[in-house]
Amino acid sequence: MTTPQSVASVPYSAVLDELEAEAIHIYRETAAAFKNPVLLYSIGKDSSVLLHLAVKAFAPAPIPFPVMHIDTGWKFREMIEFRDRRAAELGLDLRIAQNVAAIEEGVTPFTHGTHEYTRLMKTVALREGLDRYGFDAAVGGARRDEERSRAKERIFSLREPGHQWDPRKQRPEFWRTANTHLAPGQSMRVFPLSNWTELDVWKYIQRESIPIPDLYFAKPRPVVERDGTLIMVDDDRLPLREGEVPDLRTVRFRTLGCYPLTGAVVSTADTMEQLVEEMAGAKYSERSGRLIDGEGGSESMEGKKKEGYF
Amino acid sequence: MAGTLTPVLHLVTCGSVDDGKSTLIGRLLAETNSVPIDTLEYARRTRRGGSTIPVGDIDYSLLTDGLEAEREQGITIDVAYRHMNLPNGRRVLVADSPGHEQYTRNMAVAASNGDVAILMVDAARGVRPQTHRHLTISALMGVKTIIVAVNKMDLVGFEHATFEEIIGIVRTTAARLDVPEVIAIPVSAVTGDNITMRSGNMPWFQGPTLLEALEQWEPLDGRPGAEVADAPFRFPVQFIVRAEGNFRGYAGTVVSGSVATGDKVLIADSGRTAHVERIVTYDLHVDGHIADLDRAEAGEAVTITLDHEVDVTRGDVIAAATGDLVQPADRFAADMVWIGEEPLAHGRSYLLVCGPRSVPATVTNVRHRLDVVAGHEHAARVLEMNDIGRVEVATDKPIPMDPYTVVRDTGGFLLVDRVTADTVAAGMVRHAMRRSANVVRHDYAVDVDARRLLMGHDAKVVWLTGLSGAGKSTIADAAVRRLHSLGVHTFVLDGDNVRHGLNKDLGFTPEDRAENVRRVAEVSKLMADAGIVVFVALVSPFIADRRAARDLFDPGQFLEVYVDTPLEVVSERDTKGLYAKAAQGSLPNLTGVGQEYEAPLTPDLVLRGVGDLDASVEVLVRAIVGE
Repeated sequence: MTTPQSVASVPYSAVLDELEAEAIHIYRETAAAFKNPVLLYSIGKDSSVLLHLAVKAFAPAPIPFPVMHIDTGWKFREMIEFRDRRAAELGLDLRIAQNVAAIEEGVTPFTHGTHEYTRLMKTVALREGLDRYGFDAAVGGARRDEERSRAKERIFSLREPGHQWDPRKQRPEFWRTANTHLAPGQSMRVFPLSNWTELDVWKYIQRESIPIPDLYFAKPRPVVERDGTLIMVDDDRLPLREGEVPDLRTVRFRTLGCYPLTGAVVSTADTMEQLVEEMAGAKYSERSGRLIDGEGGSESMEGKKKEGYF
Repeated sequence: MAGTLTPVLHLVTCGSVDDGKSTLIGRLLAETNSVPIDTLEYARRTRRGGSTIPVGDIDYSLLTDGLEAEREQGITIDVAYRHMNLPNGRRVLVADSPGHEQYTRNMAVAASNGDVAILMVDAARGVRPQTHRHLTISALMGVKTIIVAVNKMDLVGFEHATFEEIIGIVRTTAARLDVPEVIAIPVSAVTGDNITMRSGNMPWFQGPTLLEALEQWEPLDGRPGAEVADAPFRFPVQFIVRAEGNFRGYAGTVVSGSVATGDKVLIADSGRTAHVERIVTYDLHVDGHIADLDRAEAGEAVTITLDHEVDVTRGDVIAAATGDLVQPADRFAADMVWIGEEPLAHGRSYLLVCGPRSVPATVTNVRHRLDVVAGHEHAARVLEMNDIGRVEVATDKPIPMDPYTVVRDTGGFLLVDRVTADTVAAGMVRHAMRRSANVVRHDYAVDVDARRLLMGHDAKVVWLTGLSGAGKSTIADAAVRRLHSLGVHTFVLDGDNVRHGLNKDLGFTPEDRAENVRRVAEVSKLMADAGIVVFVALVSPFIADRRAARDLFDPGQFLEVYVDTPLEVVSERDTKGLYAKAAQGSLPNLTGVGQEYEAPLTPDLVLRGVGDLDASVEVLVRAIVGE
């Protein structure tokens, strides 16, 4: 061994090619091995990539399984418009799952703490949706770089009866070979983007010209500042606190979710190039803008997963 | 791919907290800017009990901290996966395996995809048994480059001699294990020497830093001037794509070698050949242009069409038609890492999963167990959790598998428990056994149909399962008398009688019971082929064993009959005096007392052992000869 010569470099696109091939492999395995798989579509950037990869995996045939959205009723309006437009463009078999009982009881992000709200409107709605249609595998966009407890998440993540995640029952993953067999009552969550980073997602969206909601791009939006977080006033259901007046500021969103729980970031990035540049320089993890993960410390993601959350 | 760097490196890290592994990996992550700033802040703020690192400095070991459940309960759950971005743009996917109990299993998982392993050795403590363990498992799982990071050099005064002594021992072991490449680097994870920055403390070391070694690595066969034969083309079919215009394509990933349009390929399962017509990807739709690939390399996920119709199903392997051929076999010698909590049972049927393929298989022989520290082989009959051993595996039908050293994806397989669906073992094929290729089935002119005509009835197997003393033999006896009088050719295989001859070498452990069931099932299969209606009266307590028996037969030919007699009744009756012995403790494995009886979940028939015998016979006769 000698001291290094000038080291050649790897083009980013080559890394994306490998990640793409891995995700397509996972998709094909899921479609073939399970009786009734579903793609969980949450409208955000990761879901947009997932959808694009599903189209690629089965081309020239259409996506061979339905797509399900867990609708809390508090998503940004633009997200719902975007969802319905994409579903029509791609001819998706779109199912919508909601916790109707909780909505009728008047559960909102303001009546309940974020933890309980998330449990009722997302986790319970997801479980009910999966049970109603009898889905035995659900594809989601979780990535291992999102949060510390995700580092041990499997690509094929086993759920026990009742959608429980038991860390000790997780199957070891050898090679590209997945054990997709299920005992009665078990189901699988599948994460084709496990090895992607947030920047990979953006670079891939840019390279492949994948449509994403406009909310990711900066433009003047009405916001209020609450406990250091910028909340967009997307409709008149947001109860304004005393003295709060919506202010038009140039902001964008790094992740999309329920609008009263999603913090905007001040930014002027309004083109894909600027956006990727901004993300490449980002030093904070994306979940830092999400109020959902805040309560109960950084461990809460793991707790939610045990209850059946993604 | 000459001239370009491999974009993604799969790295496995092994070593325990004591060796400073967490600190080393944490520092690599931090110094390559692969950690978000809020996670770094967490590692500045948080302190474990007993930590001597001042608050405000980064405790690198916290960056690889595990799950809440692990911290609270002091258990290690499994392998953690992280990524690292090297300055030259290469992505490193790190499989970080924890160093506590269940070590073998976790490390085998982490190493199964590994290109490179970082092996930690504590300079102050020198080579320890677990150093050999890491090396052995890495080599077994096919890791070709081992980076020996001799850590804590600061504690030994950065002494050259200490380093040389350690790597001398490691190189000797690595040579015995045929590890192709060993790179040794003296480091200090705590002070950062030779991790990403060259150490000023060890001017005697001329080699690369850890970061440089990771940046410069290339697979052995991808290096300039490498004299390695081209890897053979292998393409396990995952999914059949059918689309408009009679499109029929085979979707999968090229797991080895490469393929080009016009290539002659072999459907390894059937032995048929065809030529590759198109290599299709989604990108052909871009701008409406048809732009198929001319060629696909290992790692690419594509869809292949063939020039004429041949029978290809999911799980089949499309392979090179020349050079290194892969042919179907049904017996394999393999190294196996046992990861199930229940030990390996001889003769029990598992599912063998190799890529997209699942077939029933049994382990017919354990040749030896490997002492992963000393490298010795020990005689063994079973493998238990975390054991590694050489076994013989028999599959229900011939399948093409490669030696693991040739192609990992088509030479590695899982064994899956057929009831719990748990993965219980990972195997690496060493070679297909000649026996299967040389024993060719002979097709005789007088076949099953010819015998059926002569006999005047279908052949069937009636499998009576239930507790000892449940009334299986009594029912079989009465049913056979009745059928005999109706002109049906019958035979009874009675569990007790078979154990006096064919199976007198077997006891009552779960493994022996599995083998007992397997042999009786095979004999009943021969008799059924001869045209006879066979009654099997056998406790056969385990679902998996009975399921394996059923798999030998065509649908409808095998009737599982549950003779359901409550334990209180059979132990009261105790016709053979067994329950009395079990109560005294002299018969530990009696089913229902010392061993569990797994009742059938979906039997074809249920008969009450306490009910009317004539009624039971009537039900059976009707099931066999019809109304």
